[in-house]
Amino acid sequence: MSNTQIATPRQDLIYMVVLSAVVLTMPLWLQPFGAAYPDLMQKFMIFGIFAVGYNILFGLTGYLSFGHAAFLGVGSYTAVWSFKLLSMNVLPAIIFAVVLSGLFAWLIGFVSLRRSGIYFSILTLAFAQMSYNLAYSVLTPITNGETGLQLAQADPRVLDRMAGIEATSGLPMTNLFGLEGTGYTGFYICAVILIVSFFIALRIFHSPFGMKLRAIKSNQTRMSYTGYNTRPYLLTAFIISGMYAGLAGALLAMTDPLAGAERMQWTASGEVVLMTIFGGAGTLIGPLLGAGLIKYLENIFSAFNDTVLHNAFSFLPDWLNNILTAIISPFVGEGWHLLLGIVFMLLVIFLPGGLMEGYGKISRMIRERRQKPANGASSDKQHSTEEA
Amino acid sequence: MGNVILDVTDVNKHFGGLQALTDINLRIEEGTVHAIIGPNGAGKSTFLNVIVGRLTPSRGRVLLGDQVLTGKQPHEINQLGVARVFQTPEIFPDLSLLQNVMIPAFAKRDGQFECSIFKSLFGERKIREEAEHILEDVGLIADRDKIAGSMSRGDKRRLELAMCLIQNPKLFLLDEPTAGMSRHDTNRTIELLQRIKQRGMTKIIIEHDMHVVFSLADRISVLAQGAIIAEGTPEEVRNNPKVKEAYLGGETL
Repeated sequence: MSNTQIATPRQDLIYMVVLSAVVLTMPLWLQPFGAAYPDLMQKFMIFGIFAVGYNILFGLTGYLSFGHAAFLGVGSYTAVWSFKLLSMNVLPAIIFAVVLSGLFAWLIGFVSLRRSGIYFSILTLAFAQMSYNLAYSVLTPITNGETGLQLAQADPRVLDRMAGIEATSGLPMTNLFGLEGTGYTGFYICAVILIVSFFIALRIFHSPFGMKLRAIKSNQTRMSYTGYNTRPYLLTAFIISGMYAGLAGALLAMTDPLAGAERMQWTASGEVVLMTIFGGAGTLIGPLLGAGLIKYLENIFSAFNDTVLHNAFSFLPDWLNNILTAIISPFVGEGWHLLLGIVFMLLVIFLPGGLMEGYGKISRMIRERRQKPANGASSDKQHSTEEA
Repeated sequence: MGNVILDVTDVNKHFGGLQALTDINLRIEEGTVHAIIGPNGAGKSTFLNVIVGRLTPSRGRVLLGDQVLTGKQPHEINQLGVARVFQTPEIFPDLSLLQNVMIPAFAKRDGQFECSIFKSLFGERKIREEAEHILEDVGLIADRDKIAGSMSRGDKRRLELAMCLIQNPKLFLLDEPTAGMSRHDTNRTIELLQRIKQRGMTKIIIEHDMHVVFSLADRISVLAQGAIIAEGTPEEVRNNPKVKEAYLGGETL
């Protein structure tokens, strides 16, 4: 579906049905890739939501924010506090997280959007680093600083107590009206929320509002001489993407009820930028692919270590094995970000439109190859190139 | 005498020590085509920029009907009914031609900010038909789904005209609408502008091409070194000795 054509409701429906089917059957088709375990699939979903939301800002308006991890962190902290004070049910946690991160995004967006381009990016980066440092030290009573915010058996959990639910042994589990927030049920909760979030993003993409955001990216001067006040549009997009980040943060807290300041660090903000560009900024499905692929690769390569490498190259002579291991080992395990950096560089140089551009190029190539024998015009072109 | 739609009083603009506009006084009647001519650097574009809000005058006042334009933002001035085409076409190069024209139509209908994110673009049949109609008017309907950035310069200019026309502005400003066009394209544009003229839209047109000026304008003002040195009907201006001097003397000296 090209961005220049106006999508019909029928196309939207097909899109949603296919996506839902693919997402909900993940535990089946991820089996051969060795990725069908709940923890990893939850991450696919959560970072998918994060990237889909980020894309509403970056993909549509072109405003590159380096501070979205701050909203993820706010979402996580809010959710954990909701678990501690109110209830282990994730519904209030999600609602509070989305609302609070939205407010936070409104505040940061209000200031940052006074500038555009690189200055906007720097402002968001500065705000996110401030938030990180606040969470890490100054706001220790709220965030529990370095240790991170954790649950305790003695937490008040007012609503749960009122309903007569007491944690008897060990820490209580997060749940959605009885459905556990971890394991496979946790994955399905995340999956359903992802599908809903994606649907909202799809509606935004195919609304007049979405088209206006694209127009802002294309030519902001023309927008203002056409009668639009662009700032409220940008602020709305910023807040929506901040709310998506807060939602992702709340879900992270659901699957693992612990919130730490490192979630707000600039590397975490950079990661969502990578995911979006990797998949294809401005496309609907691209960020989802990017998030899944980066999390999958991270899962594989960060698990490698020297012993695994040695075993993998054991069919080679010892000296070659040692050399190869020495060359490759800095790029795996702890250093897998080095590998990610190289892949990212190659991608930006050769496929700036991300995986979706690659997909577009390949499908066009196949289509042309199929048409060639039947089409007289294209064979003419072939002749002329041969003559040249 | 018709109603005065644009009333410019004592407008001055200086950039540092450079006096770009000096005591500009101009009244434009509703439904007329007013051309502004003058040698390069005379301040024609600066004058347009003052009207649309890109520049604030150092002194003076601009009125549209009974609304004060001075000090307002470009988008507010557009919402009051002023549209403008630029010397180099300002379009949305990444969007299709149809979308390029739909966006100004939305601005006209919904105002400077409207955010119902769940409305479907597909459901906006009326706006789409309106946009298709305008594209047909300027002869671009066959390319409605093409990316605007891929069009020729002449087509981009006509697209920009369509983007302004769909808003049906009270005052339409054209900054050299035929600059850099071939003779053929220029004639097509003149023909198009003459057709619009019949709709009674007030226009200010800046142009170097005298053929264009004399085939469109009802009145002409001549700017030289930031001041209006002559004003009148095309006939009067053509025979004005000051104008001859500004054009011949000013350009060659």
